[in-house]
Amino acid sequence: MIYLDNSATTKPDPSVLKSFEKVSSQYFANPSSIHQFGGETEKLLKQAKKQAADILNVGTDEIVFTSGGTEGNNTAIKGIALEHQGRGKHIITSEIEHPSVYDACQSLKTLGFEITYLPVNQNGVLAARDVENAIRPDTILISLMHVNNELGSIQPIKEVGEIAKQHPKLFFHVDDVQGIGKVPIPLKNSGIDLCTFSGHKIHGLKGTGILYIANRTKLFPLLHGGNQEQGIRSGTENLAGAVSMVKALRLIKEREKKEINRLYEISDYLKNELRNLAGVEVNTADDAAPHIINFSALGVKPEVIIHMLGEQDIFISTKSACSSKQKDESKVLAACGFNKGRSTSGLRVSLSYQTTKDEITVFLQTIEKAINQFKEAME
Amino acid sequence: MQYDHILIRYGEMALKGKNIKKFITRLQENIQHKLKEFPNTKVKRTQGRMFVLLNGHEPDQVLDKCKNIFGIQSLSLAIKVENDVDAIKGAALYALTNSVDVRQFKVTVKRINKDFPVGSQEMNQVLGGHLLSNTDRYTVDVHQPDMEIKVEIRAEATYITSHVIPGLGGLPVGTSGKSLLMLSGGIDSPVAGYLAMKRGVQIEAIHFHSPPFTSERAKQKVFDLAEKLTKYGSSIKIHVVPFTKLQQEIFREMPDGYAMTIMRRMMLRISEKISEKESILSITTGENLGQVASQTMESMNTINEVTNYPILRPLITMDKQEIIKIAQAINTYETSILPYEDCCTIFVPKSPKTKPNREKVNQFESNNDFTDLIEEAVNGTEVVKVTDQREAASVFDDLL
Repeated sequence: MIYLDNSATTKPDPSVLKSFEKVSSQYFANPSSIHQFGGETEKLLKQAKKQAADILNVGTDEIVFTSGGTEGNNTAIKGIALEHQGRGKHIITSEIEHPSVYDACQSLKTLGFEITYLPVNQNGVLAARDVENAIRPDTILISLMHVNNELGSIQPIKEVGEIAKQHPKLFFHVDDVQGIGKVPIPLKNSGIDLCTFSGHKIHGLKGTGILYIANRTKLFPLLHGGNQEQGIRSGTENLAGAVSMVKALRLIKEREKKEINRLYEISDYLKNELRNLAGVEVNTADDAAPHIINFSALGVKPEVIIHMLGEQDIFISTKSACSSKQKDESKVLAACGFNKGRSTSGLRVSLSYQTTKDEITVFLQTIEKAINQFKEAME
Repeated sequence: MQYDHILIRYGEMALKGKNIKKFITRLQENIQHKLKEFPNTKVKRTQGRMFVLLNGHEPDQVLDKCKNIFGIQSLSLAIKVENDVDAIKGAALYALTNSVDVRQFKVTVKRINKDFPVGSQEMNQVLGGHLLSNTDRYTVDVHQPDMEIKVEIRAEATYITSHVIPGLGGLPVGTSGKSLLMLSGGIDSPVAGYLAMKRGVQIEAIHFHSPPFTSERAKQKVFDLAEKLTKYGSSIKIHVVPFTKLQQEIFREMPDGYAMTIMRRMMLRISEKISEKESILSITTGENLGQVASQTMESMNTINEVTNYPILRPLITMDKQEIIKIAQAINTYETSILPYEDCCTIFVPKSPKTKPNREKVNQFESNNDFTDLIEEAVNGTEVVKVTDQREAASVFDDLL
């Protein structure tokens, strides 16, 4: 099997699974129980939190364990909106956000919020200047993704952070689900108040995640109850999930350090070879993240290609898995200004540190064959 | 270009006479120790100041570590360049544009190396002009600049430094001997430890543990507090005294109103014995005047009777709010307020004497022989070391 759909989800690392299993079976006490066993699991939870904080270079009390990207994004956006609506009801985001951001913002419209969706250029990148211009006295939140899930484009988070710093009354949320482990951004002194991470995109388990909430950022919680996770996310802690998430985070950070250049090499190789294929246009820009490569096979139905590759045990995707059940064109590609022919034939290859150059070579040969076969059949 | 040095200035220490060398050497050792996790850094001494050579490490991370070392008056990031006008211009521009919240700046050139062809005044203007013509957001203000860019042209090289960041001051930990801190888990004692460390005192801690009445969590809380203090010094040894038997005996045999006073006298006796064993010359407590029943002049007088060791009470004159403020600043507050029972909260007399009297206490104590129990507690003391370095091996390590 050649698995090239890592932006949808990754294969869990065996050692992450082992941690999950061991914690589930040996440390199953409720960390909130006052007995000794509860004390021990609480200690493990704290250590996991401390390790996550150390890796991300933030404070331990700034880490909240969540169930993943969707929860992180919703907690951040709705939490800020509900808590600070008295001061303003304006939110700034972009046209190419993941549905968990885009639709969360959309849903707030029914509560009287006003959303500014900023455009992006052909490379899928928004202008920091546009963010600055969109800020109004009643703006309470800017929510932007770091790395786009369909295109791999990298947003100017650092610049927007500097802008956010000049407006101490608004909050800046970053969806870093696709960026963590591939494109580093420092959180400390960055102007970022909230940042979402997900476990299953980094060889952790589904249902695990972290939301970074900078000190002094007040949120209205989505879940009320036993006041776990500093009251931001009540509910008995998913200790095994949290521990396995932190392990996955550590492993991906180590791999990032050692293997990022190799990933860029594979990515460049893939882009260059794709450009040489007749009828193929690479949509991802050269300065994008290394692990996501979007391209269009013009005149070929993307779904058909997916199935033809699937027959050969090669797995890629069209747009993001979270929106692939909607028909037709990719909202992201359309927002980049690509014409309909290109935005309705987008394919996405997403790599991991496990991907080898040989696998890419096989993939390239297979897709070339598939495209030709399709065209022949259509003639 | 990047900041490649941190310039360290020491304040109060500079006033020391012949002993100064001892203080400076200690400070250098303390900095080196703190920067262990940045293996390429070097700490160098030159006349009157110290430099940390970053050798490629992230300046902010190293700076963060240095900010918490006692004995440092202030710090600045610095760039070292050769004595060349263009190189100096480039570095000055980097320093300006990489600072946050700066609108108005000022350049101050010091030409220590008189061989350098451009004079200080002229160099001021050259650099100021260069900065203004290459940026558009800044203006010069020589009276109240947001940032002063200092340029020191020395024989070997030129150093450009930016913001002056205040350090913690005080004296390097280890220059004033060792003290045994009575660490309870409350708000006060960690603050007392911090303030003692600020005067150059190295700390060991003593904690009275009364299982099963007090839990592992309560003990862990004390370890966590000690670990937070290591940020300002080095590793801390914690002497955990098994206190249950002695405490039960006190509360069973001694009159209710006096039990608290007697308990504190026992703690002090044990602390003195541990100090003696460890060659520690004083005891530090979080005592304060007027906060709780045991903190009256009479109580202190009665409790203090059992030892002739000096007792450091850094908090003695402080208001609760002042103490809380420090606890928050040193990040111990959140841990201190965790609600676990400790040995001072489990057996609480209904009406403790606020004005105990020495003679009476001595009379009560003489009715009972506590010697063996004290001995047993001292001998059963367990020593745990918390380190300021990343936690070594833990049972959970394979999981994370």
